[in-house]
Amino acid sequence: MKDFKQLAIGAAVALGVGLTGVMAPVAQAQDSNYVPLLTYRTGPYAGSGIHIANGMHDYLKMLNERDGGIGGVKLELEECETGYNAQKGVECYEATKGKGALVYNPYSTGITLQLIPKASVDKIPVLSMGYGLSAAADGNVFPWVFNVPDTYWDGASVVIKYIGEQEGGLENLKGKKIGYIFLDAGYGREPIPLLEQLAEKYGFELLQYAVPGAEMQNQSSQWLNVRRDRPDYMVMWGWGAMNPTAIKEAVKIRFPMDKFIGVWWSAGDDDAAAGGEGAKGYKAMNFSGVGSDFPALADIQKHVIDAGLSSTDAASVGGTLYNRGVLNSVIIAEGIRTAQELTGKKVITGEDMRMGLEALDLDEARLEELGLKGFAHPMKVTCEDHAGSHPVFIQQWNGEKWQQASDWIEPMTDLVRPLLEAAAKEYAEKNAPWPARTEPCPN
Amino acid sequence: MFYREAGQFKTSYKADQALFPILQDRIGIAVILIIAFAVIPAFANDFFLTSIMIPFLVFALAAIGLNILTGYCGQLSLGTGAFMGVGAYAAYKLTSIFPDANVIVMVLVSGVFSAAIGAVFGLPSLRIKGLYLAVTTLAAQFFLEWCFIRIPWLYNYNASGAIEVPRREMFGFIVTGAEALPITRYFVVLCITAGIAFLMANVLRGRIGRSWMMIRDMDIAAELMGVRPLRTKLMAFAVSSYICGVAGAMMVFFWLNAAEPSSYSIRLSFQILFMVILGGLGSLGGAFMGAAFIWILPVLLKFVPGLLGIDIAAETVEHATFMIVGALIIFFLIVEPHGFARLWQIAKQKLRVWPFPY
Repeated sequence: MKDFKQLAIGAAVALGVGLTGVMAPVAQAQDSNYVPLLTYRTGPYAGSGIHIANGMHDYLKMLNERDGGIGGVKLELEECETGYNAQKGVECYEATKGKGALVYNPYSTGITLQLIPKASVDKIPVLSMGYGLSAAADGNVFPWVFNVPDTYWDGASVVIKYIGEQEGGLENLKGKKIGYIFLDAGYGREPIPLLEQLAEKYGFELLQYAVPGAEMQNQSSQWLNVRRDRPDYMVMWGWGAMNPTAIKEAVKIRFPMDKFIGVWWSAGDDDAAAGGEGAKGYKAMNFSGVGSDFPALADIQKHVIDAGLSSTDAASVGGTLYNRGVLNSVIIAEGIRTAQELTGKKVITGEDMRMGLEALDLDEARLEELGLKGFAHPMKVTCEDHAGSHPVFIQQWNGEKWQQASDWIEPMTDLVRPLLEAAAKEYAEKNAPWPARTEPCPN
Repeated sequence: MFYREAGQFKTSYKADQALFPILQDRIGIAVILIIAFAVIPAFANDFFLTSIMIPFLVFALAAIGLNILTGYCGQLSLGTGAFMGVGAYAAYKLTSIFPDANVIVMVLVSGVFSAAIGAVFGLPSLRIKGLYLAVTTLAAQFFLEWCFIRIPWLYNYNASGAIEVPRREMFGFIVTGAEALPITRYFVVLCITAGIAFLMANVLRGRIGRSWMMIRDMDIAAELMGVRPLRTKLMAFAVSSYICGVAGAMMVFFWLNAAEPSSYSIRLSFQILFMVILGGLGSLGGAFMGAAFIWILPVLLKFVPGLLGIDIAAETVEHATFMIVGALIIFFLIVEPHGFARLWQIAKQKLRVWPFPY
């Protein structure tokens, strides 16, 4: 009973401390720019999430260590663990937004959808880099949401274009069968409307294989169907533990790996490595650099990892997902820098950050200046187009690492853009009264 | 000494059958209500309201719903998450079909759909008992979740597959959507939860509640005494699902603002079931205590290292919280298998005889 008393007292103290923490007024630092990072290093998607989180954290930390922040002002970084869970994601958002948060990167389509309506109310932009709501690319309807460099619809159009190239022209797709295996959530279903439209236009047959999130580690029935249907190509929209499982199953049924193409989120090193020798030839789209042969990454190694300021395993630097995280942070950092230039302020707010992101222009010269030449395609955001439909490339797994396997491929913008605008309009109608854009255009 | 009812004489049946016959209980409830309705709104910040109080009240209501079925009627259910989902999707469809109707009415009506579905899935309970019933309700969970994903009509054919809550106003206040103030949402949730809890407290000690408990304690004896198992069990399923449905609708309308099918997964069912077991089967107060333990404690624990000045990574805090809460669950279940409600009863008894325990 004595133990019980002690424990009870201990619990009460802990609760009291926690409660004061919650109720205490939030101290807002005036001499730094606060960037909360919504990450997940736990839960079923941690296998992908850890690399992204490390990449995002390390680049911004490196700017702090090497340059003393951006524009002479340090960045205050805080990670909040979401576990890819929408409830916890919203909790993280509420806990950090009062501290002067500049931008949110939810890394989950589910959390992104919940933050989109809040963004314009709280005046904090949402940067969903290559994920989230495709329709948010329409900056006139979603001034506070950015999904540079590409939407899923851009990605889906690139896959079809690439397959067309392999077959010697899009007209040769007629009568072909293309399988689409996807995580059965908002994320995986997002590209289906576009794929269906392309199927109709080019006359190929689209076969859909849904993988429920709870059973993503058991895909034998889906792949049994693949073996029965014998599609000419397979396209995958997977995340977390779904990717390595799918690749292993594809190897098991001896599906030709060079005809299996994943989205940029199915492009992790661990994902492909899980398939062993048989995974050689697996392809995936990508828009961030391959390998660690960039001056900026060397700086991260020197200032952050060797200095023991990060939990990154040195071997994972240069991995696809790590580099993706770095690219995400480059966009954040450039957004802050642009905002500082536009406003003349050093310590900026979420509203300034929105302007900065909208005026983002990451050209060849700037990339080289950052020590990231060839790390990404030059990116430009305009007020109308918050995604920009930038070209992506296809990379191929050689059994040990990823290698670039194609040039930059432009998405079919002429097809995607009208769909995006229609979807944005529909979203605004469904969520009426959706606020009309009042924010000025910085360009 | 503190909880002595000696000297509190009742002079009428009405006073004797009151919801809280003891003066101390009445004072306690009054204090809790004052704190909930006046102190918290006056002093709490937005984070406290949106991330602690609103989810706590929503979960407490869901736990009350499950407690009616599992705690009072003895029917084990793992379908709570799905029944909450039915409420959420029904409320979403209702608000999009009747955009001008009062959103609170829509939330309360959505429970009716949930009740109907709950009663249908309650039918096997007439033949199946205990763990086997848990398996059939598990089927409900998976089937309904499949419906949320596979029937696009339910989410108005959104490309994202999620339901998003539009802005709705009531008496000049914005009550739903991103612009709704946390305080407004808090009051709505508080009123609904308190209202339903009060209503159920009365139902449970009346004829209906007693017939549920008879079925729980011994269904054959109950049948011999004239309680119809069919009607009673299905009513328990319907009432329980109604409350869960309202809680699920409140979850998306007043807390999350948008929800994917995965928000109503088996995880949620277990979360609610743990709240009920930990709080105490067959106790309304226990539902609140269980919800507080499962939801509020982990949120508060996360702030402890930061305030003590210990700098540890976010995921370590998450892991530590997970382990501490897990250990505490095991600890409390060993110390008191009947949950917090029983602990509170023991504490009450101790207060009563203090300082002269015998």
